[in-house]
Amino acid sequence: MSTLALQQHATLSHLDWLESESIHILREVAGQCANPALLFSGGKDSLVLLRLAEKAFRPGRFPFPLLNIDTGHNYTEVIDFRDLRACQLNERLIVRSVEDSMQRGSVVLKSAGESRNKHQSVTLLEAIEEFGFDCCIGGARRDEEKARAKERIFSFRDEFGQWDPKNQRPELWDLFNAKVHKGENIRAFPISNWTELDVWQYIEREDLQLPSIYFAHKRSVVRKNGLLQPVTELTPARPGDVVEELSVRFRTVGDITCTAPVESTADSVARIIEETATTTITERGETRLDDQTSEASMEQRKKEGYF
Amino acid sequence: MSAIESLPGIDNGLLRFLTCGSVDDGKSTLIGRLLFDTKAILADTLHAMARTSARRGLEAVDLSLLTDGLSAEREQGITIDVAYRYFTTGRRKYIIADAPGHEQYTRNMVTAASTANLAIILIDARKGVLTQTRRHSYLAHLLGIPHVVVAINKMDLVDYDHAIYERIRGEYLEFAATLGIGDVTFIPLSALNGDMIVDRGENLDWYGGPTLLDLLESAPGAHSERDERFRFPVQFVCRPQRSGDPKLHDYRGFMGRVESGEVVVGDEILVLPSEQRSRVKAIEIHGRSLPRAIAEQSVTLLLEDEIDVSRGDMIVHVEKSARVTRRIETMLCWLGETALDPGRKYLIRQTTRETKAAIEAISYRLDINTLQQMPAEHLGMNDIAYVIFKLARPLCLDAYAENRSTGAFIVIDETTNNTVGAGMIL
Repeated sequence: MSTLALQQHATLSHLDWLESESIHILREVAGQCANPALLFSGGKDSLVLLRLAEKAFRPGRFPFPLLNIDTGHNYTEVIDFRDLRACQLNERLIVRSVEDSMQRGSVVLKSAGESRNKHQSVTLLEAIEEFGFDCCIGGARRDEEKARAKERIFSFRDEFGQWDPKNQRPELWDLFNAKVHKGENIRAFPISNWTELDVWQYIEREDLQLPSIYFAHKRSVVRKNGLLQPVTELTPARPGDVVEELSVRFRTVGDITCTAPVESTADSVARIIEETATTTITERGETRLDDQTSEASMEQRKKEGYF
Repeated sequence: MSAIESLPGIDNGLLRFLTCGSVDDGKSTLIGRLLFDTKAILADTLHAMARTSARRGLEAVDLSLLTDGLSAEREQGITIDVAYRYFTTGRRKYIIADAPGHEQYTRNMVTAASTANLAIILIDARKGVLTQTRRHSYLAHLLGIPHVVVAINKMDLVDYDHAIYERIRGEYLEFAATLGIGDVTFIPLSALNGDMIVDRGENLDWYGGPTLLDLLESAPGAHSERDERFRFPVQFVCRPQRSGDPKLHDYRGFMGRVESGEVVVGDEILVLPSEQRSRVKAIEIHGRSLPRAIAEQSVTLLLEDEIDVSRGDMIVHVEKSARVTRRIETMLCWLGETALDPGRKYLIRQTTRETKAAIEAISYRLDINTLQQMPAEHLGMNDIAYVIFKLARPLCLDAYAENRSTGAFIVIDETTNNTVGAGMIL
C-alpha cells in the first residue's frame, strides 16, 4: 500500500486488512504460546503464511520452527521448493516422515499403494509429542468447505489430537485464547478469513514464488470420474486407460496419489487470478461441474489428512 | 457488473456483517440469495443444491440449502456454531457471520456480533416485530454494532403491501427509540424471489431506497467514521540482537496493531500502565518505513528512548490517554456451561493483557426479552448481567461504547482453560 493510497482512504484495502489480521494472529501465537511450530508444506497457502510471518517478525527470526510432514509421495518440485524457501529465509525446518512412522509401526498401510495422506496426522502427532509443541500454525481457510465455515481461528485439540466440534471455545472480537494443559494443543489458522481468490491476489501483490506445478504445464493424465489422474510412478496407467497429454495446473498440492490437477492454460499468477475469478462468475456447464465437484472433494481429503 | 471487470478497480475494503433471524424468517434464503446473485456460490455447491432441491421435488434451487449442513449439526448438539461466509463484489469483500436466532443461542449472536460492523435484522412481514426482533436489536446495540438494517422479508407473502411495510417500520422505530438505537435503515424484500437484494425486481416500485447490496456497498468501514484516539496494545517485543547483525544490536521493536486512531513518526507517546514518555522514532513493517499507521494496521513501533515496554502494555498519545484501573463495571454475557460462581477467581483477558479477577458484585441480570432488571446471585449460560470486577493487575482501557477494542474482554476459567464469558466495560 502506498502512502498516497493511505491519504486517499481512511480504511485499508481488503488485502491489507486480511494481511494485518493474519499478522495479528501470528503475533498472538508468539505472545501466548510457549513452543509453537508452523506447518509448512511448500504449497501456496503455507508460502503465504511464510510471507505473513516475515511481515510479523522481521527483522527478528521467526519465534517458531517450520514443520513439514512428508508422506514420501510428494512432488519433487514441491519438496525442493520447500527446502529452498526455508534456506532463503534462514529458518529452521523440521521434517518428519510418514515412512518413519511406518517403520516404527505406528502407521500400518492396508496396501502398499494406499494414499498416505490420512496417515500424516499420526506422524504430526508424533512430532508434536517429540518436540512438545503447544500450537501448530496451519494454512486452512474457512472458505474451503462448508463444514469448515464455523472453525475457530484458535482451534482446540485434546491430548489425542482430536478436534471435538462440541468442545470448541467461543471466539469473540480478536481476543484469542490459546491456553492449554500439558499434552493438549492449539491449531491456529491465520488465514481463516481468506478465500482462494484472496490468496492468489496476495501472491500476485507480494510477487511470491511458487513451485512450478501450480502453473500450466503439459502432463500425462488419465480421466477418472471427472478427475484428472496424473500418470506417475506411483499412479501408473492401468491397462485400458486412455493416457492424454493435457495442459494442466494444480490448485492444491499434496500426496501424489490423491492430488489431481485441473485443465488449464494459465501460466502466470495474473491468469490464474482470472481463472479463479471466472470460475465463480461464469455460467456453469456440466463438464465444469464435475471438475468442481472433484476439486472440492480433493480439498476435503487434504484437510482430513493434515488437520 | 461482473466481478472480473471490476477486479482491478476501486477497493472499498472489507465489511463484516451479521444476519439475525431464524430459518423461519428466511435468513438462510437471504444469505443464499446474496451469495447466488453476487455469483459467489461455486458450481459444485450449486450443483449439489440443485440435486437436493430436485430430490425434494422443488422446481427452483432452494437457496436455504446452502446453510443446511449446519442445521443438521445443530441437531447433533453443537451449541456454539457461528458460521462465517465470504463473498466479494469486486469492489468490496464481505464476511458474513451467521448465527442461529433462537433464544438459547444468545452466546452465538454475541460472538457473531462482536466482530460485525453492520447487522441485518430480519422481520417476517406477516408477523411484524416479535420478541426475537427486540432481543436481536438489543444484542446488536449492546455489542456496539454501528449500523442496523431492518430487512422486512417475505413481502411476496403479503402482496408487496406498502401499508404493511410502513406499519412494521413504525412499530420498530418506536421500540428502537426506547433503546437509543440511532442509525436504522429499513428495506422491504423478498429473499425468495430476489426482490431488493441485489436486483430491484418488479414488485416493489413504491420503495425508492437502495437495494440491500447497495446498502452494504456504501456502509462505512469500521474506523472511517469518527476521529478516534490512538491505541496500540503491544503484542510482542522484537529484540534480534543475537542475529549477528551489528546494526540490529540495539533494535527494540514493539509489535502490535493500531486498534484505533493513527500514529505518525515524531508523535509524543505514553506507555501504559507505567506512564513512561517517549516519541515515535520509526514505524516499520518488514523492513519498510512508514510515515504513519492507521487503525487496523499491524506494524512495529520504535521509540526514541530506551524504556521498558513488554507484551500487555499499551502505547497511546500523551494528550489522549486511556483509563488505568483495578476495578471495572461491565455488562457480562456468560458463555460457559458451568454457572458463574461469584466466590471464585477468574482470568480476564483484555487487549493483550491478562489479570486475575474477583467478582465484587452482580448488580442485576437483564431479561433480554423484556429488558427488565432482575436480581441474580449466579449466572447461567446465555445470561447477561451487570457485573463489577476487582482486578489483581490494572487494565488500560476505554469504555466499550467509545472503543470496541480496548473496552472488550473475555473471561477464562483457569481450571478448564475455557472461554466462559464476554464482557463490555462501561
